[in-house]
Amino acid sequence: MQSQMPLYPEQASNFAPNVDALMVYITAICLFFAVAVTAAVIFFFFKYRRKTAGGVGVPIHGDMRLEVIWLVVPLLLALTMFAGGAVVYVDFRRPPMDTLDIYVVGKQWMWKAQQPTGLREINELHVPVGRNVKLILASEDVIHDFSVPDFRVKMDVVPGHYNTLWFRPTKPGKYHFYCSQYCGTNHALMGGWVTVLEPTDYEAWLSGSSSADANPLVAGEKLFADKACNTCHLSDGKGRAPSLNGVYEGKVLLADGSTVTADDGYIRESILVPAAKVVAGYQPVMPAFQGQLTEEQIIALTAYIKSLQSQPVPATGAGIAPAGKK
Amino acid sequence: MHRTGELFGQFETMEQQRESASLGMWVFLSTEVLFFGGMFMTYTLNRSTYPDVFGEASRSISLTLGAVNTIVLIASSLTMAMSVWASQVGKKQLLTIFLILTLILGSVFLGIKGVEYHEKFVEHHVPGLNFSFEPGASVATNAHAQLFFSLYFAMTGLHALHMIVGAGLLIWLIGQSLKGRFTPEYSTPVDLIGLYWHFVDIVWIFLFPLLYLIDRH
Amino acid sequence: MSTTPAARPSATPGNTLPREHYLNATYGIRSWLLTTDHKRIALLYLVSVTFFFFIGGAFATMIRIHLLTPNGYLVTAETYNKLFTMHGVAMIFFFLIPSIPAVLGNFLIPLMIGAKDLAFPKINLLSWYIYLVGGSFVLYSFSTGGLDTGWTFYTPLSSVYSNSAVTPAVIGVFINGFSSILTGLNFIVTIHTMRAPGMTWFRLPLFVWAHYATSIIFILGTPVIAITLLLAGLERMLHLGFFNPALGGDPILFQHLFWFYSHPAVYIMILPAMGVISEIIPTFARKPIFGYTFIAGSSIAIAVIGFFVWAHHMFLTGESAYAALTFSLLSYLVAIPSAVKVFNWTSTLYKGSISWDTPMLYALGFIGLFLVGGLTGLFLACLGLDIHIHDTYFVVAHFHYIMVGGAVMGYVGGLHFWWPKITGRLYPEFLARIAAVTLFIGFNLTFFPQFILGYLGMPRRYHSYPPEFQVFNVMSTAGASILALGYLLPMVYLIWSMRYGTVAGRNPWPATGLEWQTDSPPLTENFDVTPEVTWEAYDFINRPDLGLDVQGAPSLAPAHGDD
Repeated sequence: MQSQMPLYPEQASNFAPNVDALMVYITAICLFFAVAVTAAVIFFFFKYRRKTAGGVGVPIHGDMRLEVIWLVVPLLLALTMFAGGAVVYVDFRRPPMDTLDIYVVGKQWMWKAQQPTGLREINELHVPVGRNVKLILASEDVIHDFSVPDFRVKMDVVPGHYNTLWFRPTKPGKYHFYCSQYCGTNHALMGGWVTVLEPTDYEAWLSGSSSADANPLVAGEKLFADKACNTCHLSDGKGRAPSLNGVYEGKVLLADGSTVTADDGYIRESILVPAAKVVAGYQPVMPAFQGQLTEEQIIALTAYIKSLQSQPVPATGAGIAPAGKK
Repeated sequence: MHRTGELFGQFETMEQQRESASLGMWVFLSTEVLFFGGMFMTYTLNRSTYPDVFGEASRSISLTLGAVNTIVLIASSLTMAMSVWASQVGKKQLLTIFLILTLILGSVFLGIKGVEYHEKFVEHHVPGLNFSFEPGASVATNAHAQLFFSLYFAMTGLHALHMIVGAGLLIWLIGQSLKGRFTPEYSTPVDLIGLYWHFVDIVWIFLFPLLYLIDRH
Repeated sequence: MSTTPAARPSATPGNTLPREHYLNATYGIRSWLLTTDHKRIALLYLVSVTFFFFIGGAFATMIRIHLLTPNGYLVTAETYNKLFTMHGVAMIFFFLIPSIPAVLGNFLIPLMIGAKDLAFPKINLLSWYIYLVGGSFVLYSFSTGGLDTGWTFYTPLSSVYSNSAVTPAVIGVFINGFSSILTGLNFIVTIHTMRAPGMTWFRLPLFVWAHYATSIIFILGTPVIAITLLLAGLERMLHLGFFNPALGGDPILFQHLFWFYSHPAVYIMILPAMGVISEIIPTFARKPIFGYTFIAGSSIAIAVIGFFVWAHHMFLTGESAYAALTFSLLSYLVAIPSAVKVFNWTSTLYKGSISWDTPMLYALGFIGLFLVGGLTGLFLACLGLDIHIHDTYFVVAHFHYIMVGGAVMGYVGGLHFWWPKITGRLYPEFLARIAAVTLFIGFNLTFFPQFILGYLGMPRRYHSYPPEFQVFNVMSTAGASILALGYLLPMVYLIWSMRYGTVAGRNPWPATGLEWQTDSPPLTENFDVTPEVTWEAYDFINRPDLGLDVQGAPSLAPAHGDD
């Protein structure tokens, strides 16, 4: 029956069983109330059908106890629904630390995904089963949404900032993904397939695929020079801008005294609107690149900066706050 | 058509008519709060996102003209309040005089606004009309400056539109006052248009610091 | 069909229409187009909203036919996108939002409170003209290239990328907003200042309470969408950057501003319908409503809490998890007053004397369908579930259950209930019951499969879909054809009844409201003499004038024949 006329999609991610459990729980409660009220209505409708033309009903104005009961009980049940959903959602919004990061760019009307090695896919996404996968979503034009019903996940893809989505595939196979935010003419055609492979098959696919795409690192390094970033961000820390060695995912001390983590979003913002967060001890002289770089270029630059994570951090002029400070 | 001061057909008493008119004006003003509020929210959010460019753009609009306008508008609220008082004590001539003064002050405000707008036009600070804030600066800076000016013109423009409507209402009010229509027993239009005028003034009291005064140094 | 005397309205045969009433008081097109009589203005609105209902319905028909096959061959992708957009804009802004308030509210509120008219009759007429101007701009947009942004106008698609006639549509909706605002203003002032002597707040019909709550939303919410659309329109026309990230703007800001109104707007659409139900059930069960204060209070609670839940439309935009938690919790809170109402309505049926007349059928249909629609809201408010069902057909099914199954049934049921008062004549009861049942069945067949489609993952606003979704789509379209029949039937027999229906008399049901104390149709001034109210709402016992068998006492009413 399930294969002929399924009522729910396959459960292919870590979230699926929890989401389905929520569905069953809420359905059960709602079914109870729906049936109870409907049964009462139908029963009263027949039992108290008017018998004489001038008949009137018994004037009952109300009952405070009943009102309190059917206010409090649904409220408590609603709170349990809220709590169950909140737990799943918070888990969903907090990707774990050990994720396989894949960049996904949506544009009218196609998806471009980029594996960590730089391997590109169009309208396809290959991921290994059993690993935590994080998608970093960017849009080149309008708002899109990346959704995989079999994983029970989706997230809007909004131009102007990154959104992230994470999941752990639990079953090898091919699963549909869709664009789930109306984005223009071919919104309905903007989908594809997520292929979940055994880890070894995934590795094989990664290395075996003949892809002449440039490694984003190389593209990023070239951009870093072309856009003259390297004229201020000297790696030895002696330039007008902090060194970027070791900066990625490190703690940065800002001019206003606060600290932030230099994640993908921070890197992107610092490129586009550097005045938003100025590093302590530096002048706000970096030009803003908003409107001058495509999402793919930003991703390439980020990949290059990420690769500097393992480079030696200079004693002075470092981008990250020295260890021991808050 | 009803003469001003007559009982309209749907009402039972003059008291009911007055009460309805008054409540109606208050309800209308509350809708205006939400109307302007949306734009104030947008401006405030953008201001905190781009404090530097907004600060720079803000400093390029004339503080002097803005301050003078604020004084002019507060004075006009004073003369409006005086006209309400005059109508309540039956001083019909004073009523007309104060209404005319309010109209003059309101027109002065609009005139000065026109001068400000002209200044911005000459400096190419009007979005959509060859906008250019800082020719040498980055695309982003100019875009954010354009955001400031878009909001500046939208907010002050909407306010000016309300002033123009207010001026029109004042002209009608002056005409009615000259015909002696307002007495201590009946001065509802004066009261309500006074309320409207004060509201438009209050909107400016918020606009002025937001647009002109923050980060002025 | 067998009918017992108990089932028929107590209209005495041989009634004649009153000699003078609001319909024949003056003649000529000018007397209608320049009327300030709230009852005539209500009829002007009736014609206009029905017109837009047809337009929205035509688009819906094409959508459902197109979706019969996965690669729909009826229209192109572009046209399909225009169809669902224009369906939404026409139905929401030009049918649903005005429907009950501007037609039934306008007609009934002065009558229900014992007034001669609304507080500001000329402003009432102005509202209608503003509505027409707004509608004209939107029709212009529809006919010069159409609109394909979705009724939600998300940026930057609407302000930068769309090539359709966005600007006139945005102007039209903006202008129409002022029609709403003025109606709300009129209702609030009227209800405060123009109640007849003895009509205290807690003697008011619940229909009036419902419209008071709705009017609060009208006046506080509508200005925000006005300014939002103004900014979006300016952005599109002058290439400004409020909501365009390439120019430093924020598309999410648009969503916040848009939904700040558009969520309360859904309560604008349902509260008046709930008000109608609160009138029909006591009347056709011949007993007071159970829990009057709680129903009145729930209406206000829904209006107030409804302003604090807007971002539940934005759980997946990347907004902070804390915001999402807050809005999810508040969304659950706003569901509770609606539940309270449903329980109170159901309890009113207990030990009633229940008539099976058409308005009661619509009211009970409302309860059933609103129940499903409201309960499925609980699924969507659940954050973990929303991740999966957001922007799928689950949402489409949910809101159609409430807006069509709820609001439209309330509207049509109300039209039937007050039809004798508005026209002086009764509609044909037999046909009407058939139509009500057809509507109920057709509606469920159309929209229930969509819940399943949504959970399976079919996204909204798709002109073509994967083949595995076809079965439920075909079911849905089949149901839609039955639903259409359920709407066409009343249009036919209601118009027929205006000429050939049985003359109703003052109070055919009978009902307890003040509006039933006047002629059917009423005089232009509504009442000969200003009424003085000394009885509580929905009191069937202390009302000898209704002619009912009170506590076994002999009936005071003349004998009824079967009509």
